Amino acid sequence: MTDITAPSPPAAGERYVLNPMYLFRWEPTQDAHVLLYPEGIVKLNQTAGDIIARCDGRRTVADLVGELQQRYPGDDERVAEGVYKFLEVFRAKGWIRRQA
Amino acid sequence: MPKDGSVVRLDGQGKPLWLVLELTYRCPLKCPWCSNPVDYARDGEAELSTAEWKRVMREGRELGALQLGFTGGEPLLRDDLEELVADASALGYYTNLITSGVGLTENRLRALKAAGLNQIQLSLQSSDRELTDTLVGARAFDLKLKVAHQIKAQGFPMVLNVPVFRQNIGQVADILALAEDIGVDYLEFANIQYYNWAMVNRDELLPTREQIDAAEREVRAARERLGERMTIYFVIPDYYEGRPKACMNGWGSIHLTIAPDGAAMPCQEARIIQGLEFPSVRDKSLAWLWNESPTFEKFRGDAWMSPTCRSCDEKEKDFGGCRCQAFLMTGDAANTDPACSRSPHHHLIGEAIARAHAPGRKVQPLVMRNDGNSRRLAQGGHGGKGGSGGGTGCGSGNARVEVDHV
Repeated sequence: MTDITAPSPPAAGERYVLNPMYLFRWEPTQDAHVLLYPEGIVKLNQTAGDIIARCDGRRTVADLVGELQQRYPGDDERVAEGVYKFLEVFRAKGWIRRQA
Repeated sequence: MPKDGSVVRLDGQGKPLWLVLELTYRCPLKCPWCSNPVDYARDGEAELSTAEWKRVMREGRELGALQLGFTGGEPLLRDDLEELVADASALGYYTNLITSGVGLTENRLRALKAAGLNQIQLSLQSSDRELTDTLVGARAFDLKLKVAHQIKAQGFPMVLNVPVFRQNIGQVADILALAEDIGVDYLEFANIQYYNWAMVNRDELLPTREQIDAAEREVRAARERLGERMTIYFVIPDYYEGRPKACMNGWGSIHLTIAPDGAAMPCQEARIIQGLEFPSVRDKSLAWLWNESPTFEKFRGDAWMSPTCRSCDEKEKDFGGCRCQAFLMTGDAANTDPACSRSPHHHLIGEAIARAHAPGRKVQPLVMRNDGNSRRLAQGGHGGKGGSGGGTGCGSGNARVEVDHV
């Protein structure tokens, strides 16, 4: 089934910001970044935390990919693919929004 | 959209991620589905002091608690609420205020914002003024709407919690429109769970399967229409599910509730279960209560399970359902939750539904939650006797708890 209202996937020139409904922070007791929201907790793995930390409305997706490729050297294509996939999932979950 | 296979349930790794403080059982409303114990009015221990609550919060944080709920009764009746919220924020909690809205003024909202309160969950019982005021036993409707707009004006994320039962289940569309107008972020239709006061009034409150299906259709249509503007939860009543709820993500797994008198409980209803002791934070450390108390240990793992549950391929998913419901309906908290179609007691659910909808059944007046009825029930005994669970402030019974892991 095709959903014509489905948002387009992230593009290199776009910028993303955290949905203000969510609190993003480092949580020492979990040794991880977490997202906190009304009655909910999301524990993020390292890569997810790296990406959300950079969804600041200033960096473009291309900037983000570049930084993650530097942070995880070796397979640039895989890192880029991972960033795009994560962004799309996070946006679908409502954690981040496309900057207008 | 890519499939997201990386999200799994997190078991809390033995930490009480969710700490709920029932600051008081006092409440200006008289909701006949209240999840506070039916005998709340009997003489008992005094409410914890400000200093005692602060110690609980500090020890909870040390145990790894992240989410903190202030509930009751009506938590706004504690005039130290702002002080407690400020303390909780400083400790690093995400703070949730679960309230009827009665007593929430512009000034208190500002003070709570300044204290660092993260979000407010406001209850609303109906889209109709007269019905609301009748159901809660007070003139509350206009006040609730006013408060709802003030909450948004102060910039709080807001959950509108609607306890769902026979009297309001036909109003889903109207309530949705109200919520849209207010601009709530999360709308939660929570079919009430039948414990304590709701159990007393079950025959009058339980909706039919058809009513629930119709309500769910409205919710689905609204989700499509509203997209990301509003998140809408619809908590199905387990009586009609066939599968039991994964209550509290398992007993003593991530959830810790402290009653007004300091009793530590694995859920807000747990004192319903007779034969269990619920030691107080006045006598024990939170670490002992969570890690070592026999009550919290009692239904962890699967050794306690009946053969029905222990051999079940879904035991990791639903943990055998709700211990309180098993006790209330079968007399043994270790039994499979009768809401489960595999339970040998499942017929009790069908019988309860049939009784509530029997043709020619004589309609009874709702037994309102008030001190007189509480004292009477404390003596007379009923489905909820001895129960000392606690409120979500608004009757959703079991708080929604979401824990994701990426």
